[in-house]
Formats: sequence, C-alpha cells, structure tokens
Amino acid sequence: MDNQMQFEYNVEGGNFTRAGYASSQIKKILKQLNVDIAIIKRTVVAAYEAEVNVVAHAYSGTIYVDIDTEAVKIKLVDEGPGIPDIDQAMEEGYSTASSQVREMGFGAGMGLPNMKKNADKLEISSEVEKGTTVEITMFLNDKG
Amino acid sequence: MKIKEIVKILDARVVCGEDQLEQTIDVAFASDLMSDVLTLKNDNVLLITGLANLQTIRTAEMSDISCIIFARNKKVSIELIELARENEMIVLECRFSVFKTCGLLFTAGVKPIF
Ligand SMILES: Nc1ncnc2c1ncn2[C@@H]1O[C@H](COP(=O)(O)OP(=O)(O)O)[C@@H](O)[C@H]1O
Ligand SMILES: [Mg+2]
Repeated sequence: MDNQMQFEYNVEGGNFTRAGYASSQIKKILKQLNVDIAIIKRTVVAAYEAEVNVVAHAYSGTIYVDIDTEAVKIKLVDEGPGIPDIDQAMEEGYSTASSQVREMGFGAGMGLPNMKKNADKLEISSEVEKGTTVEITMFLNDKG
Repeated sequence: MKIKEIVKILDARVVCGEDQLEQTIDVAFASDLMSDVLTLKNDNVLLITGLANLQTIRTAEMSDISCIIFARNKKVSIELIELARENEMIVLECRFSVFKTCGLLFTAGVKPIF
C-alpha cells in the first residue's frame, strides 16, 4: 500500500438510517488493502459502536481515518453534550440512551466496553457541553 | 447445516440471497440487541432476530454474519433488502416467534454459541 492514506466522513446526530455508513466504507478499504480479516473485524466493530455513539448521543461529528503500514487510526470528533464522567461511561451497563436508541438495538451500555476489548488502543477525551473525541488505534503488524 | 435446510425447517421465505442457499452455517445466535451481536467472536454465525431495521444489517456486516432470519413475520423494508443485497447476505423471513424458530433449529441440530 501507499505509505499513508487518509479519509474523512461526516456523521449526523440522530440519523439512524445512515449510521454505520462510515464504518462500512472503512471495512471496504481495509479489505482492499488485504488487512487480516480478524483485525478488520475488530476494527470495524469498534468503529461502528463509536459511530453509533455519535449518532445516538451527539449532534454531529467527523470521522478521520488514517492508515499507514503500521496502524489504522480512527478518530471520531463530535459536537455534543460530552461525557461528564468517562470512567462511569466505560462501565458495562451504564447508558443514558433514549428509547429511540434502544429501539435501534443499542443503548445497553455495552458499546464503550466492547470498543475497549476490540481496539488495541482506545483514547477518549470529552468536554461537557462541547463534545467528545474518541480515538481507536489498531496495529497492523505485531501489537506495538 | 445448509441454509436451504433451514429454509425448509422454518418454512421460511427467502427475501434475498436465493442463489446462496448451498452455504452452511456453524452456529446460531438470537438477539434483538445489536451490541450483544457485536461481541461475538465466531465466524459463520446465523442470526435470528425480531429487530428488522437497517442497523441489523449494518451489525451483521461488521460481524461478518451472512445469514439473518427475521422471526415473527417482521416485514423488512426495501432499503433493508437493498443493503443486504449489497453485502451479499441471505435474508429469511419466517412466521414463527424467535422462541419457536430457535427451538426448531436447535432440535434439528444447529449449535448455539454459548
Ligand atoms: N459520543 C458521545 N457523546 C456523548 N455521550 C456519549 C458518547 N459516547 C458515549 N456516551 C455516553 O456513554 C454512555 C455509554 O456508552 P456505550 O457504552 O456506548 O453505551 P450506549 O451507547 O448503549 O448507551 C452513553 O449512554 C452516553 O451517556
Ligand atoms: Mg453506544
């Protein structure tokens, strides 16, 4: 592959029809690059839960994807309510999701813990009433 | 088990993927909670669900699930079928409840994940 590739996707808060579009594109790109299928699955599962979180909990967001020979980095930057207590949000079962989100098959407070399990590195920062940034890093060779 | 046998056991309607019924599945999982489906590590999983929306297809796509059964006569939208086709998935509809669907498949020898 080329030394470096970058992609960008917009995410609309509340738009469940489109939720997963970016993660789907990421999957197609990684497949084309012949990335190991087990790594692809972990990457897109984490990306998709993160993308759904922007749709479910924020107003709008941008997903920046950065791929080089070593790693895939997926950074989701959203404008939204932010997360007041990140440790609490990471707990299995903690959720503030609306009933609309639960009707979509999410909102059980399993997204962040599952992202943590699948990502090689997960970094979250957030500012209340501004927004949240989630960065997922996947190493393509031996875990760094 | 071959998908075509599953179609027969459930008297299911094949919504899309008619040409892939020779494919086989190893195990089955039933849930309406997509976050739950996204924790599965297995390959070749058959998903049985009552949640018929686009996120069901997206979840299957991310999880490499290629066969989905919508139980209890859940009617799928055109958009759902289009997205499933794009992903070369097999989508089945059956009239039984999730419970009965699982019971019939379990009795026929389809293995659970857990
Ligand atoms: N991007 C985000 N913006 C604001 N809050 C978020 C965001 N992502 C997660 N959260 C908060 O963290 C909680 C837990 O997230 P998660 O584990 O994905 O579960 P769920 O999305 O099912 O509620 C959410 O209910 C929400 O309160
Ligand atoms: Mg979530």
